[in-house]
Amino acid sequence: MTPMNLLEFVRGPAFWFSLFVLVAGSVWRVIGIYRLGNKPDLSEPRSTRWLSGALHGILWRMTPRKEFRGNVKLGVINGYIYHIGLAAIAFGYLPHILFIKRLTGLAWSPLPELLFYFAAGFTGIALLTVLLERITDPVMRLLSGFDDYFSWFVVFLPLLTGMGAMTGWASQTSQSDARIYQGPLAIHLLSVELLFLWLPFGKLGHAFLVFFSRTITGIALERKGAAL
Amino acid sequence: MAGLRFSVMNIVTRAPTVLEQLARNVIASSGSPDAGKAIEGFVTQTDRDVAFQLESCVHCGQCADACHFYLVTHDPRYTPVYKLRPMLRAYQSESSPFAKARKWLGLATEVSSAELTEWSKLLYDSCNLCGRCTLACPMGIDIAGLVRRAREGMSVAGFAPADLYKAAERALDSGSPVGIGWPTLKRQIEIQEEETGVKVPVDVQGADYLVIVSSIEIAAFPENIGAMARIFDQAKLSWTIPSAGFEATNVGIQIGSRDISAALVSRIVDVAVRLKVKYVISPECGHAYTALRWEGPNLLGQAYPFKVVQIAELLDQLFQEGRLRMRGKDQRRLTFHDPCQLVRRGGIRQAPRRLMNAVSEQFIDMPSSGEANFCCGGGGGVSAIHRAEKLRFAAFECKKEQVAATGAEALVTACANCRNVLEDAIEEHGMTLQVLGLTEMVAQYLEPDPLTTSR
Repeated sequence: MTPMNLLEFVRGPAFWFSLFVLVAGSVWRVIGIYRLGNKPDLSEPRSTRWLSGALHGILWRMTPRKEFRGNVKLGVINGYIYHIGLAAIAFGYLPHILFIKRLTGLAWSPLPELLFYFAAGFTGIALLTVLLERITDPVMRLLSGFDDYFSWFVVFLPLLTGMGAMTGWASQTSQSDARIYQGPLAIHLLSVELLFLWLPFGKLGHAFLVFFSRTITGIALERKGAAL
Repeated sequence: MAGLRFSVMNIVTRAPTVLEQLARNVIASSGSPDAGKAIEGFVTQTDRDVAFQLESCVHCGQCADACHFYLVTHDPRYTPVYKLRPMLRAYQSESSPFAKARKWLGLATEVSSAELTEWSKLLYDSCNLCGRCTLACPMGIDIAGLVRRAREGMSVAGFAPADLYKAAERALDSGSPVGIGWPTLKRQIEIQEEETGVKVPVDVQGADYLVIVSSIEIAAFPENIGAMARIFDQAKLSWTIPSAGFEATNVGIQIGSRDISAALVSRIVDVAVRLKVKYVISPECGHAYTALRWEGPNLLGQAYPFKVVQIAELLDQLFQEGRLRMRGKDQRRLTFHDPCQLVRRGGIRQAPRRLMNAVSEQFIDMPSSGEANFCCGGGGGVSAIHRAEKLRFAAFECKKEQVAATGAEALVTACANCRNVLEDAIEEHGMTLQVLGLTEMVAQYLEPDPLTTSR
């Protein structure tokens, strides 16, 4: 298979397949859990502001309570860096925006190039640090299994392959150069597709599950009048 | 209302024998631990809300830094979410959306009996169900609530600590986890009537408020009964205490058995319905409040025909309505220990503080007070587990630091179990600090009733 053929494959059937697995797997997971059902709570609620509880649950848990800020793990700070960094890279880099435009017709202004390089750099360092912490911290090491390390790998890989492809994009000056970099670009897209394929099944599912979890606890604590 | 009355009668007349039998079946399991039953129990407990939470964990370990058992030992096995491993694995292998795929791929692993025996110490000895981990979890997972659910699987399969099975058996046999019956309570009431000069109304039908008490109060802090009598007398409250179904504590909540909890709660509901009271007062006992106020209706499958009010809430209400006449204040530097089931799991934060300010000239809150305060170390049944004593005393170090930071000369709390555990731990740690009950403090600074004084 030539680089051109490979690129066509990963941009075409492979991409759509991985996207289908991402969406179908996520929906399957949510519906599968939802179908387990719940009994209604018959205790008299202290508060019935369900929406407030849900929103507070979702928003307030984005930062640690002040009482716990003193001894947060490095992973918490890193968490902010790589979540924001990954979002900036995925949605702020011009080739990504063009790719999304090709699929959906939607487009927006890219991030300034310098800011993008900073985001990529910090995200890479943050991801490596979080892996180091997971390996060295006794609590995180005990909690960690295949899912944790493989999930880290499938998040880090697109960043790594993206850097390779990015170099090609930045230095691409002619049609012939573009052909040279079709290989790295295809590999980058494949790594993103691997991320899509894995996301619904492992801990990366927290991308959508977190909203359910925080909402449930937010409402439960609100109905008791307890702090969130 | 007629329908409600009818269904309440169902609880009272039909259900108790069934509930008692189910509860005794749980206790009978203690003789023959069965991993299969535990797995079944875990799966049964994993409903939609539990599953969403189990699946959301990102293994960040933040909950460890919220747990006093981890903070004092630095043993990673005490990480709260790690305690849920057997339940998580049972769920993943049996009822999760990808359970069949896991089995097909050979990824499903059985939870063994040896593993559950080991986990008994993690789920019981090193967890107070205090909920501090819940407060710290960035994913919003109610880890304490999940531990409570996991205990269901453990208790029904014979993996709960023997001390808790024995306490549950005593509670079912005699009404009290330590075997205290009506004759003992009656004697204590008589003593308190003599000391306070206030008559304690017993089994009064149609009273507004039903007072129930905990065995620890009866045995160790009977002055609480006298204190309530004085307060209610001054507030001119219509109240009564029952000669049966007076026990507020619920070992079923601690061992983690819906069946035992339901059988014990039904006794209180039974007497409340029979005496036609409007309110049941949950006394100074944290988990009793959780059992009666939050879990009870769900355990019995019906809403109550009465309201449940915690004693601190009621005293605060009476104080704010001007029905309590206070005189003087304690001059010592006092701090308040929030029982976890009242503040973090029950939403009662301000009421005790308003009362403390009413009786204390120098009330000072601990650092990280209220919702983020540390447990006394004895909650969640830990104080009843003999093998956990050393760990419980070690965990007290966190509470000790919080108290020490205030420079308090005495510690006030609103839970007889906390009070008992705190007194033990204070002695163990070589501290000299008096532990007081909030209700007693309020009674102490009531303006004396002229009629009572003259008696």
